Amino acid sequence: MSTNYEDRPRGGGGGGYDSDDDQDRRPMGGRGGGRRMHRRRVCRFCIDKVDLIDFKDVRLLLNYLPERGKILPRRISGNCATHQRMLAEAIKRARNIALLPYTTD
Amino acid sequence: MNNKRQYEVVFIVDPTADEEVPKLTESFTQIVTDQGGAVTKSEVMGKRQLAYEILHHKDGTFVLLEIEGSGHEIAELERRMRVNDRVLRYITVRVDEDRRRAQKLKDRRARKAAKRPSHGAPARRGGPAMEFAENAGE
Repeated sequence: MSTNYEDRPRGGGGGGYDSDDDQDRRPMGGRGGGRRMHRRRVCRFCIDKVDLIDFKDVRLLLNYLPERGKILPRRISGNCATHQRMLAEAIKRARNIALLPYTTD
Repeated sequence: MNNKRQYEVVFIVDPTADEEVPKLTESFTQIVTDQGGAVTKSEVMGKRQLAYEILHHKDGTFVLLEIEGSGHEIAELERRMRVNDRVLRYITVRVDEDRRRAQKLKDRRARKAAKRPSHGAPARRGGPAMEFAENAGE
C-alpha cells in the first residue's frame, strides 16, 4: 500500500485531487511530450537554467495551472523543490493582481 | 554594500479612466522622486482581462514601475494608491535580493563553465580540447 507512491494520486482515493485529477494530468502529458508515461521527471527550470521566475510571465505560469486553477504539484510537474517554491510564489503574486485566477469553476 | 533597494510595482487602473493612465503614472513617479527614490522603468503593460472581477471590473490597464530607493517612497506610494479610486489593485515586490541571487548563480555557472569545460554535460563538446591536451602532454 505504501510502497506504490506513484499510483497513490492516480488511484483517486482520499485527497483533494480525486475528481479533477484526470483533467490535471491530460494537458500536462501532452505538453510534457509523454514525460508522464516514461515517468522521467525533470525540472524544466533546471534544464533551462532559470534563476528567476517572473510573476508577470503569465504564459509561463499558466503551464503550471491546470483547469481548476490550482498550482500543479511537484509530483506531476517534476519540478525541483527550489523551482517549485519560486513558481508557487510567482503564481501567488500573479493571482493577487488578477493576472491568474484563484479558482475557476 | 549597496543599500538601494529595487522594487517592482504593478498597479491596475480602472479601464474607464484609460486616458488618465499617463497622468497617474506621472503623478506616482513624482511622488517617488519627491521621497528621494528613482523610477528606473515605467511601462504600460496594456489593457487586459482580469482573471477575476475587482469592484465589478472585468478588465484593467496594467502599469509597471521599477523603483529604486530606500523603501520610504514605497510606503508613500502605496498610501496614495490605496486612496486613489482609479487604482483597482497594486502589488509591490522587492526584487534586488532575488536579482542579486540570480546574478550570483549565473556568474557561478559561467565561472564553472570556463574553469573546467570537460566536466559534466559539456564534456562531449570539450572532447577535442581534451585530446589536444593529452597530445601536448606526450
